[in-house]
Amino acid sequence: MINSRWIWSKQQYLPSEVASGYPILQELLGQLEDADWNQHDVFGVHLAVEEALVNAIKHGNRYDESKQVHIACKLAPDLVRVEITDEGHGFDPADVPDPTADENLDNPSGRGIMLMRSFVNIQYNDAGNQVTLEKHRSDGT
Amino acid sequence: MADNGRLEVSEVGGVTVIRFVDRKILDEANIQELGKELFALVEEDNRKSLLLNFSNVEFLSSAALGKLITLDKKVKAHGGKLKLCNIRPEIYEVFAITKLNKLFDIREDEAAGLDSF
Repeated sequence: MINSRWIWSKQQYLPSEVASGYPILQELLGQLEDADWNQHDVFGVHLAVEEALVNAIKHGNRYDESKQVHIACKLAPDLVRVEITDEGHGFDPADVPDPTADENLDNPSGRGIMLMRSFVNIQYNDAGNQVTLEKHRSDGT
Repeated sequence: MADNGRLEVSEVGGVTVIRFVDRKILDEANIQELGKELFALVEEDNRKSLLLNFSNVEFLSSAALGKLITLDKKVKAHGGKLKLCNIRPEIYEVFAITKLNKLFDIREDEAAGLDSF
């Protein structure tokens, strides 16, 4: 049975600068480790949140200093949820080319969403300026 | 052996072996400077045989993958070769998911990497 009582939560508005989200990300990872989430899960959450934050800052807000990124983290005994929202115009995730296609393999960018999907469940809002990342704890406790 | 801040650079039998020193985390924040240091080894120092040792790397994002791809192109443009080694399983998974394990020449350890040149 899934226990969805949140045991920890935190939210913050971040400036559109690389690394602005690292303190809250490190706090989230620390919460997972304190709750004995396994290393693979922690790595996956770390990577997914890193990629989502970079996308929000770089592609969503285009490093515009007048725009912020909102991050909201929640942790339950067997579930972690992170919602990241930018102030950009949004996009259609379906428009992102497959980075593993032969013709795209040596592109220097375009892998963020694929990596997010590989480690956590992701859901974009209709506008495409908000992504919700969810991961259920792997060991089932 | 030379320290370029974030990189430990040494020469072994004509191969430039590069290790990541202080930065175990290759994320968006630090990969830009790391990239500049790596590119300089090729474009300024004219090194042609590069072996990147990932033994200190605990995290790697898509930004780092992009820099590696660009580095690989620069090395090839200079007539050289880039190989990677000592990639721990979690990091290798990122290469495999993105199929970049097919693009890069990845060896198990430094000895195997050096032998392959």
